[in-house]
Amino acid sequence: MGKSSTAKDAQALFHSLRSAYAATPTTLKIIDLYVLFAVSTALIQVGYMAIVGSFPFNSFLSGVLSCVGTAVLAVCLRIQVNKENKEFKDLPPERAFADFVLCNLVLHLVIMNFLG
Amino acid sequence: MAASETAKDSALRHAFGNVLSFFILVLIGVLAFSIRLFSVIKYESVIHEFDPYFNYRVTQFLTKNGIYDFWNWFDDRTWYPLGRVIGGTVYPGLTLTAGTLWWILNSLNIPLSVETVCVFTAPIFSSIAAWATYLLTKEVKGTGAGLTAAALLAMVPSYISRSVAGSYDNEAVAIFALIFTFYLYIKTLNTGSLFYATLNSIAYFYMVCSWGGYTFIINLIPMHVLLCIVTGRYSSRLYIAYAPLVVLGTLLASLVPVVGFNAVLTSEHFASFLVFIIIHVVALAYHIKGMLSPSMFKVAVTLVVSVGLVICCAVVAVLVALVASSPTKGWSGRSLSLLDPTYASKYIPIIASVSEHQPPTWPSYFMDINVLAFLVPAGIIACFLPLSDASSFVVLYIVTSVYFSGVMVRLMLVLAPAACIMSGIALSEAFAVFTRSIKFQLPSLSGDSQVDAGNSDSGSAATTQTEAVKADKIEESAKERPSRKNKKKEKETVEKPSVKSRIEKRLLVLPLESSVIALLLLVLLGAFYVVHCVWAAAEAYSAPSIVLTSHSHDGLHVFDDFREAYAWLSHNTEVDDKVASWWDYGYQTTAMANRTVIVDNNTWNNTHIATVGTAMSSPEKAAWEIFDSLDVKYVLVVFGGLVGYPSDDINKFLWMVRIGGGVFPHIKEPDYLRDGQYRIDSQATPTMLNCLMYKLSYYRFVETDGKAFDRVRQTEIGKKHFKLTHFEEVFTTHHWMVRIYKLKPPKNRIRGKTKKSKS
Repeated sequence: MGKSSTAKDAQALFHSLRSAYAATPTTLKIIDLYVLFAVSTALIQVGYMAIVGSFPFNSFLSGVLSCVGTAVLAVCLRIQVNKENKEFKDLPPERAFADFVLCNLVLHLVIMNFLG
Repeated sequence: MAASETAKDSALRHAFGNVLSFFILVLIGVLAFSIRLFSVIKYESVIHEFDPYFNYRVTQFLTKNGIYDFWNWFDDRTWYPLGRVIGGTVYPGLTLTAGTLWWILNSLNIPLSVETVCVFTAPIFSSIAAWATYLLTKEVKGTGAGLTAAALLAMVPSYISRSVAGSYDNEAVAIFALIFTFYLYIKTLNTGSLFYATLNSIAYFYMVCSWGGYTFIINLIPMHVLLCIVTGRYSSRLYIAYAPLVVLGTLLASLVPVVGFNAVLTSEHFASFLVFIIIHVVALAYHIKGMLSPSMFKVAVTLVVSVGLVICCAVVAVLVALVASSPTKGWSGRSLSLLDPTYASKYIPIIASVSEHQPPTWPSYFMDINVLAFLVPAGIIACFLPLSDASSFVVLYIVTSVYFSGVMVRLMLVLAPAACIMSGIALSEAFAVFTRSIKFQLPSLSGDSQVDAGNSDSGSAATTQTEAVKADKIEESAKERPSRKNKKKEKETVEKPSVKSRIEKRLLVLPLESSVIALLLLVLLGAFYVVHCVWAAAEAYSAPSIVLTSHSHDGLHVFDDFREAYAWLSHNTEVDDKVASWWDYGYQTTAMANRTVIVDNNTWNNTHIATVGTAMSSPEKAAWEIFDSLDVKYVLVVFGGLVGYPSDDINKFLWMVRIGGGVFPHIKEPDYLRDGQYRIDSQATPTMLNCLMYKLSYYRFVETDGKAFDRVRQTEIGKKHFKLTHFEEVFTTHHWMVRIYKLKPPKNRIRGKTKKSKS
């Protein structure tokens, strides 16, 4: 009895999550897709390291951290561009994107130096 | 019409306030620079102490050979025969900064020598650090607090002690980097801009380059983030302030060769990763909460908790197993000695023996931060009225730095900026209250007597506490007051944060006379602080320790023995000769005498230091054998018995015994003590009277005054007439402070029965 109620709850939860997410604007969905891509790339890299070993460690670190870094920066961009966010209503989305690009530039400069 | 007039007036007052702030900041910079020049005026423009000589030598190498050679430098002039990889073991921030400064000045055709640039790097960066404190405190409380905090930091004795002209050490630039990183973090937190987050990471990178104390930042910021989350102050600005810093900061920290992979492998950084995970979980939770209805959210929570708990336990178990497998739980020795103050004395005597690593005494708090010591609690209270993210950060900063300063005297330096910020906030709030009381009660200045009457009625019951501000219920008439208050505040250039002007309140006002007297007393307090700081800078912290002075009845006496000895070494020995001494003098010997040394202040190899310690504690023949195995030609000892210099090698000798005994068990400390007391007089033990350190220090000492009276130990020595069999004295400086001996070559012929050749 308990199990079916939790299963029903889980299904209802899943449905409501789906419907709520379908309501988000397309731009935000694109950013979410990018975040998903970055995180999955990081996971693939970790799996690869588990198979072949962690030498050279600096390449592994820079690869994983570049994926994680772009994911984090994309999330920050999403926060700033999201129209529902009251704190950032004065921030023009172009400015948010410019900051995003700048931060990515710095991140990838460091990555390329550290890649070895 | 009236509105535009008031707008123009307020704009004019704004402009006037800004210009005034600018000039005050320029003056603060000049003050910070000049108060540190006492050492140059009283002594000379020389590099101080021990560690700065190493930094100076590295900077010389950098300016002569360029950055690539510096990065790949393997130094074979120290830690003979091991050598030292300079590129990988030095924090390059300071040397790169001074090198860049020198290069810029020389390319502008201002031919300053490297030594001059090194000597004056610290005062320049102190001025910049004072400006950074202004920026940081302005973000927390406002311009008035910022200016006060900057003025306090320019003069605080604790910071002066490590940044006088000539003290060319890591802290000179590291404190500036620390304050600037904190400023950028608070700025990102307040504005939520990714641009400042990038700058924050770059400033953190500069801090990692400069000082090992960067672990303080990478643990304090996660602690603050956790505090914000736990107290319900999570916001998306917090995420933007923290998450990019962790990723970019870890990457940038791994770029510095000294840190390398320690940035991801040691326990000092685990806190940042843990909080990174936590903030993502919290962010996701808030996001989902925003999307779902409350009932659905409850369902989601129960589901996630039940599933997530299992996964969490598994991950935590793996982590605990990993961490527990290393004997120090992944922490380095120095960090562990901070968390457990008794750790160093039990396990690592070298860390325990450094005088900077001892806990401070109570009077040193008043010596080093003076008046600020009791303004800090007032500042902490002021930070709670109202509590914002930034003010909770500075409260956390002061609390942690007070704890760490209690563990190690050297970390009083980290406490100094926090104390200045807190005191600046407290003083500024106090000034604001008193001047506002005066303004409201002088009928000629305010334009509305009705408002005054209303205020002075409520003011009669006030006490003379500094925090007399209370938030009260909104009143209709109170709406006029914020605008008038704003005008008056601009005139004073004391700005309250905009949060306060939104909360309309009726302020308590103190009586006029007590306000005036309190204002005068505060100014007097500041005067006492200034007098103390200037005295401390001039008398206590300006000594270069390589040149000593004493005042006697016939004037000033200068002891320049150290440089005399190093100059003798550099002129009278071969370039490749090895010099053995205790590790304190290693950096100075390589920098000034330009000779290879066995051990130096880097103290990275405990066994090598223990070897030298054992040699100093052994009888002559055994010591000769140890030194001969290390290719040593000359032995240098520092002896203060003739002039009363207390930091000589005989006073440090017990540490040599302890460190040597830690590695070579045949050296036992009780052998050198008579009834638990350390003596060198006639009651000393035979082991003590026969050891190398005793013999090298007191050889021919009886010829000075006939009685061999040691001025430091205040007693006549035990063994007065003896000859050296395996060493010969080659140089003793003018005041017998440095004595240099040469190893005698082994005899060609062994007298007596021919010994069997040893294999």
